[in-house]
Amino acid sequence: MTDLNIVTLVSVGAHPTSGRARRAEQDARAVELGLRLAGEHLRVVHAGDPREEALRAYLGMGLPELTVLEQPAGADALPALADFLAEAGAQLVLTGSQAETGEGSGLLPYLLAERLGWPLVVGLAAVEKVEQGHAQVLQALPRGQRRRLKVRLPFLASVDNAAPVARQSAFGPARRGELQVEAVPALTDELFADAQLQPARPRPKRLKVIKAKTAADRFKAATAKASGDGGQVLRDLTPEAGAEAIFKLLVEEGVVR
Amino acid sequence: MTIIRRDPRAEWIARNRLHPLHGKLQQAEARWMGPNGLIRKNPHAVGFIGPNGIKRIDRSGAQQGGSARQRSAAVEAVQLPLHVVAQPAHYICVVPDMVGGRLSSHDKDLLGLARQLAGNDGAVLAVVFGEHKEGAFDTAGVDRLLLIQGEEYEGYAPEQRIQALAAVERQFAPRHWLLPDSRMGGAELGRRLAAKLGERPATRVWQVEGERCVGRAGAGREDLHRALPRLILAAAECAEPVGETRHEALPLSLDNSVARSLPRIEDLGPVAVDPAQIPMAEAEFILSGGNGVKNWDLFHQAAQALGATEGASRVAVDDGFMPRNRQVGATGTWVTARVYLAVGISGAIQHLQGIGACDKVVAINLDPGCDMIKRADLSVIGDSAAILQALIEKVSAWRQGGARDAA
Repeated sequence: MTDLNIVTLVSVGAHPTSGRARRAEQDARAVELGLRLAGEHLRVVHAGDPREEALRAYLGMGLPELTVLEQPAGADALPALADFLAEAGAQLVLTGSQAETGEGSGLLPYLLAERLGWPLVVGLAAVEKVEQGHAQVLQALPRGQRRRLKVRLPFLASVDNAAPVARQSAFGPARRGELQVEAVPALTDELFADAQLQPARPRPKRLKVIKAKTAADRFKAATAKASGDGGQVLRDLTPEAGAEAIFKLLVEEGVVR
Repeated sequence: MTIIRRDPRAEWIARNRLHPLHGKLQQAEARWMGPNGLIRKNPHAVGFIGPNGIKRIDRSGAQQGGSARQRSAAVEAVQLPLHVVAQPAHYICVVPDMVGGRLSSHDKDLLGLARQLAGNDGAVLAVVFGEHKEGAFDTAGVDRLLLIQGEEYEGYAPEQRIQALAAVERQFAPRHWLLPDSRMGGAELGRRLAAKLGERPATRVWQVEGERCVGRAGAGREDLHRALPRLILAAAECAEPVGETRHEALPLSLDNSVARSLPRIEDLGPVAVDPAQIPMAEAEFILSGGNGVKNWDLFHQAAQALGATEGASRVAVDDGFMPRNRQVGATGTWVTARVYLAVGISGAIQHLQGIGACDKVVAINLDPGCDMIKRADLSVIGDSAAILQALIEKVSAWRQGGARDAA
């Protein structure tokens, strides 16, 4: 579509039930968005182990090659990626919003943007147009809303589940694609010196605490129907006056635009 | 010596339950001294009629009698004890989401956690951007309130907000920063702040115990146990909200004005989204129709005019007026709308369960006694078709007026 220089950063995900390595859901969406924008010219970069088989699932989406910055497990990907992006001359960098393994804090795009001094768009849904060094993009908001932003190039964008669904990965292209390995200096992430990962404990369900002091109040709390008392009831109004009251509330709440 | 005077006729009427004056001559009080000096009790005068018409006897010694309405008014008047922090030894800084200008339940949980961390000599400082509609900062646990207002913070301005938070950091040097790890803006703002301050935050924190905290890691299959950092992005229900005390919510202000940064991201405003495409569970504004809606064409027209997602009660779906995937309630979708406009829905308990998470409920109904009206924040008693018609006219007039103002 455009002759933008687009780089997508990918990671290795984990299946939500089995925990097996797979392509990460949001990263695959970032690759999909990149493929729609740049086609074959998309560059895809991973920092980690080049022998990981799950990386080939990205190649199976129709990529001729994938760059791997070789690092041991537990290394900090940030400096390597920042150096790579500064050299690569990328205009748009796409990432998922958080990793599926490890800490998964979702901080990487923010730290990269801070280090490179680029603007960051969170929750990119679509790139509408690119002209004169500026991109007009749609940002996904909660509750299915969209916002239009204008941002200057180069910039970083993270995608979440509002981005287009990733295409299927095909076996043949996944075998044929090439992994270009680059050696980078490894820096160990100091977080895990102190922190431990454990299997997720189910979170305690919040109990309804009744602060009644007497049995009568407890009885009432247990038997009362859920009702927000103190509601305003308007009777014997003309339809216009009733509609006016409702309309005023809707405008006050900002839902009518 | 007092002479006991008797009125034999009155006594006779009091004994005769069929006499027309019997009710007037009944003893109103529960105990009195009889003619022979004996204490008499009237067991029928004890207790009160409960909210559902059944007689209740409360032996706890609390005030008896009166209707349920009076009793609830007495409960509301209870003043919680005021927690005063005169000279805060340190600050715990909270930046709530303020969805729709009010504290969300997530924000209140966060303030509860901040209260825990502040202890007795620290103060909880809430930083709020722009206009707000919240009136209960005191009971939510805010000791100090910093309002940051100005046109540069309106719309989507994360970089400018970070500038302001950096100014807060310089002035107050809070011991902890707490932000909600939510999609409503807190997650983004918190991570931007982390990058700006160079702090490594703990994310999706759901438990804080002493100097350790537990947060979800990866895709949610693992927990990360770590030391409590300065910047905490906490998940919903990370702590109990403040409920036992009242706080001062004293207004503070920034000493220096915030540098105005040139925005690198320009907000071009929200984009009109087809409300029918938004999944009902996450729609913000739902117009829902039930048995009381007779003119469904008008209903659809109203939904289009208001820009609302359509919903329906079970009856409307069963009668074939709306598709099954539009049903709101226990068997349908549990909605989380901020504003729920119920037209002609009487409010079966299953339906009320489905709208339990809604913020504001507006009801249009003919029956003033139905359950939906008890739940609703605003109810209009009247014919739904006429009110919807008037609402459509009002909205289209407002839209045209707004367009003229803009041009």
